[in-house]
Amino acid sequence: MDAVGILPLDVVGWLVQFWVALGVGGLALQRAPHLINRVIFPLSALTSLLLALAGLWALAAAPNILVLPLGLPDLPFHLRLDPLSAFFLILLGGASLGVSLYSAGYFKAMAGGTLGLVCLEYHLFLVGMTLVLLADDAYMFMVAWETMALSSYFLVTTDHNIPEIRKAGYLYLLIAHVGAIAILLSFGVMQGGNGIAAYTFDAMRAAHLTSFWSSVAFLLALFGFGAKAGVVPLHVWLPEAHPAAPSPVSALMSGVMLKTAIYGILRVTFDLLGTQLWWWGVLALALGLITAVFGVMFAAVQGDMKRLLAYSSIENIGLLLVGIGLTIIFHVYGKNALAALSLTATLYHSLNHAFFKSLLFIGTGSILHATGERNMGRLGGLIHHMPWAAVLMLVGVLAIAGLPPLNGFVSEWLLLQAFLLSPGLPNSYINMLVPVAAAVIALAAALAAYVMVKFYGVIFLGQPREKALEHAHDADLWERSGMIWLALACVALGLAPVFVVQQIDLVSHALIGSGLGNAATNWVFLAPVDTERASYSPLYFLLAVLGVMLLTTILVRRLYHGRLRRSAAWDCGFPAQTARMQDTAEGFGQPIRRIFEPFFKIEREVPSPFDTHPRYHGQTEDRLWYILYLPVKLLTEKLSSLASLLQHGRIHVYLAYTFVTLVVLLVFV
Amino acid sequence: MEYLNLILAILFQLAQLLLVVLLAPLLTGWVNQCQAWLQNRSGAGVLQPYRVLRKLFLKDAVIAHNASPLFRVTPYIVFGCMWLAAAIIPIIAVDLPFSQAADVIALVGVFAVARVFLALAAMDIGTAFGSLGARREMLVSFLAEPALLMVFFTASMISHSTQLPRIVDALAHHQFMLYPSLAFAALAFVIVLLAENARIPVDNPTTHLELTMIHEAMILEYSARHLALIEWASSLKLFAYISIGIALFLPQGIIEAGNWAGMPLAIALLLLKLLAAGAGLAVFEAISAKLRIFRAPEFLGTAFLLAVLGLLIHFLLGA
Repeated sequence: MDAVGILPLDVVGWLVQFWVALGVGGLALQRAPHLINRVIFPLSALTSLLLALAGLWALAAAPNILVLPLGLPDLPFHLRLDPLSAFFLILLGGASLGVSLYSAGYFKAMAGGTLGLVCLEYHLFLVGMTLVLLADDAYMFMVAWETMALSSYFLVTTDHNIPEIRKAGYLYLLIAHVGAIAILLSFGVMQGGNGIAAYTFDAMRAAHLTSFWSSVAFLLALFGFGAKAGVVPLHVWLPEAHPAAPSPVSALMSGVMLKTAIYGILRVTFDLLGTQLWWWGVLALALGLITAVFGVMFAAVQGDMKRLLAYSSIENIGLLLVGIGLTIIFHVYGKNALAALSLTATLYHSLNHAFFKSLLFIGTGSILHATGERNMGRLGGLIHHMPWAAVLMLVGVLAIAGLPPLNGFVSEWLLLQAFLLSPGLPNSYINMLVPVAAAVIALAAALAAYVMVKFYGVIFLGQPREKALEHAHDADLWERSGMIWLALACVALGLAPVFVVQQIDLVSHALIGSGLGNAATNWVFLAPVDTERASYSPLYFLLAVLGVMLLTTILVRRLYHGRLRRSAAWDCGFPAQTARMQDTAEGFGQPIRRIFEPFFKIEREVPSPFDTHPRYHGQTEDRLWYILYLPVKLLTEKLSSLASLLQHGRIHVYLAYTFVTLVVLLVFV
Repeated sequence: MEYLNLILAILFQLAQLLLVVLLAPLLTGWVNQCQAWLQNRSGAGVLQPYRVLRKLFLKDAVIAHNASPLFRVTPYIVFGCMWLAAAIIPIIAVDLPFSQAADVIALVGVFAVARVFLALAAMDIGTAFGSLGARREMLVSFLAEPALLMVFFTASMISHSTQLPRIVDALAHHQFMLYPSLAFAALAFVIVLLAENARIPVDNPTTHLELTMIHEAMILEYSARHLALIEWASSLKLFAYISIGIALFLPQGIIEAGNWAGMPLAIALLLLKLLAAGAGLAVFEAISAKLRIFRAPEFLGTAFLLAVLGLLIHFLLGA
C-alpha cells in the first residue's frame, strides 16, 4: 500500500470531507426530503463503514502524521493517526454505520427544512468526533471538541419549541463548556509556558513536568473529560440531554460521544503525560465505582425509557473509569501484563457499549415513532406488534446485562480477571481497596440485569397498557437494517473475543508498551494470562447451550407429544384481570427505591383509603442536584445581581466610572 | 496416552452430563422426604419428583392467548442452562474438558441467563403475580449474585485460577490447610444457596399463598411439559448449588486428573455428601421461619458482606 503512497490518514481525511459535503448537500436538498433520507444518510452509512475499515487498517500501521496549512500562524493544524485513534475510529465508524442506516428511515416524518439542518448538524457532529480523535495539537483538539459540542447542542434542541428541551440543551451546553475550559487549562499546564508552538501534542510528550504540575494537568483533564463523559457529580446534564435529542442522536451521543471523553482521558494520561502517579489511579477507580453504582441505581427507578438508558450510560462510563483507574495503578507499579489486561477490558467495554447502547437508543426511537410514548408506564406488549424491534432489542438487552455469550459479558469477564490477578501490589492500602472494588463492580453488574429486565419486560412484554398500542407498527426496513447491524456486531464481539483482543493488543503496545497476548493455543479460547488460570470460550459455550436445548426439545417431543392449547391466562383463577394490574416501571423499581432510599430525593403523594378519587404520584430525584448545583446557581444569581448594582443606564455614572478608573491608574502606574 | 486420557475425559464429561440430569430429581426427592420425616409425615418417597415429571410431560400444555414465543422458549433455555451448569462442576473427578470453556465467572453468567429469561417469561403474560414474581426474583438475585461471585473469588484467590477443576485441585489435592477466608465464604454461600433455590427463609417452595411467592409466582402460568422442564431445571439448580458447595468446601475425595481407578470410591463419597447436604438443608428449613420480603435484602446483604469479608481476610492473611 505504501508503494502507492496512500496512508490511512489520507483516506480518513477524504471521508471527513465527504461527510462535510453530505451535510452541506443535505442542507441544499431541503426541498427534497426523500432524497436526504434515501441518498444522503445511506451514503453517510457507507462512509462510516469505510472509516471503520480505514481504522482497522491504521491499527496495524505506523502512526501517520499530517500538518494542514490551516490554523493559527505559528500553530497549523496537526493531525495524527496512531493505534489509539484508530481504535476509536473503528468504534465511531462501526456504531455510526448502524445509526446512519437507521436515520435513513427514522427522519422520514420530519419536515424538509428541519431535516436539512439536522442532516448538516448530524454530519458536523460526526466530523467533530472524528477530528477530536485525530487532533495532534491543543488548538485543533479544542476546535474539534467545540464543533462536536455545538453541533450536538443544536441536535439536542431539534424540538426547540418544547421548553424542557431548551432547558436540557442549555444545561448540556453549560456543563460542556465548563468541561472545555478545564481541558483547555489542562493543555495549558502541559505545554508549560513554552510559547505557542508548544501546544502541539508532540511538544507536550517531550515536556517533563514536575509531579505537582502533571497532577494538576491530570486533575483538570479528568474534570474536563469527566464532565463530557457524565462522571458523578458532573452527570446532571446527561439524563436531561439524552432523552431530549432525537433517538439516532441520543444513540451517537451515548454510544460514541461519551467515548471521545474516555479517549481524551486515555490520551492525556498515558500519552501526553509520560508518567503517572498511583493516587490518580485510586481517584479514577473511586470515582468510577461511585459513578457505576449511582448510575445503575438511578436507572432502576426511572420511568422514562430514554432516561433509563441515559442513567445506564452513566453506569457504563463508571465501569470504564474503573478500568482506567486499574490500568494506571498497575502501570505505575510496573505490572505490565495486568495493566494491559485492564486496558484491554476498558477498550473492549468501550466498543461493546458503543454498539449495544446505540442499538437500544435507536430501538427506543422506533418505539417512540410507533407509539408516541416515552413513558414506559404506558407501553407494554409490544413484542406482538413490533417483533423485529423486540428480537433485536432483546439482543441488546442481554448484551448490556452482561450475559454470556454476548459481548457485554466478555469485557466484564476481562475486568473481573484484572481484579482477581491484582494481589501483590506493593501498596497494602490499594490491596485492600481491590476486593471492595471488585464487589462493587459485581453489584453494579447484577443491578444492571435488574434494570434491563425492567426495561424490556415493561416495554415489550405483558399486555398493552393503552388501547392505542394495538396499532403500533414495526420498525421499517432502513431502521431494521441499522438495528440488525448493531445487533450482529454485539453477537460477533461476543463470540470472537480472541480476534478483538488481538486488535486491542496493538493499542496496548502503543500506549503502555505491553500487550495481553493470548496464552491459549487456538482461537476459540480466550485466556488472557495462562490457560491454567482462566479461560473462556463463548463459541463452545453457545454450542453447548444450543446443543443441550435442541436435544431436550427433540427428546420431549419424541418421547411425549407437542400438543398445545391456548386459553385465558390462569393468574391463580383471579377473574378480573386487567392490563393495569401489571407492574409499571415505577412498581418494578420500587424495591430498589426502598433499599437505597437515602440516596434519592423522593416526593410522594399517597392517597388515603377514603379518597373518592385516589391518585398516586411519586417522583424520585437526584439529591446531588440540590446539594451541589442549586447553591452554585443561587450564588451565581446573587453575584450577578450584585454586579447589576453598577449598571444604571445613565451616561454620567459611566463617565464617572471611567474617570475614577483613570485616576486610580494614574496614581498606581 | 494423552489422547486416551482426553477421550476418557470427554467420555466422563458426557457421563456426568447424563448422571446429573438423572440424579437431580432424586436429590429433590430426598430433601422433601427428609422434610416429611422432620414434620412427622410419612412422605411420598424419594421417587416422587420423577412421578410428577412424568405426569406433567404427559399432559397437554395450556398457555395464555397472549403468550409470545419468548414464553415458550424460556423453559428450554432455563433447562439447558441449568443442565450445563450442573454438568461442569467437578464432583467426582476434575477431568471435565468443558469447564475450560466456562470458568466460575461464566458459571455465574449461566445462572444469570436462566434467571433473566425466567423473569422475562414471567412478565410475558402480563398478570399481576407474574410481574410480582419477576421483580422479587431480580431483587433477591441482585444481592445473591455478587455474593456468589465473591465466594468464587475467594476460592480463586487461594487457587490462583478461576477454573473450577483447578480450584478443586488446589483445595483437595495440595497440602491441606485451614483457610479462614473460606469459612466466611462458606457461610455466605449457604445463604446464597438458600436464596437462589427459593428455600426458607427467603422463599418457600411449598407455599400456596400467592402473595408470599417468589419463584412459584414466576412460573404460575406454565403447565405440562413447560412446567416439567422448569421443575426439572429447579432440581438441577439445587443440585448444581450443592455441587458447588461440595467442590469448594468439601472437595476431599474428588479424584485428580487421570486417576480413573479411584472412581468407585469417589462416587460413593459423593453420594454420602449429597445425602448429608440434602438432610442438612431439610433440617435448616425445619428450624427457620420465612422472612418478610423486605427482610430478605438484609439477609442477603449479610451474605454479600460476609463474602467480601472473606476476600478481605484472604488479602490480609494470605490464606
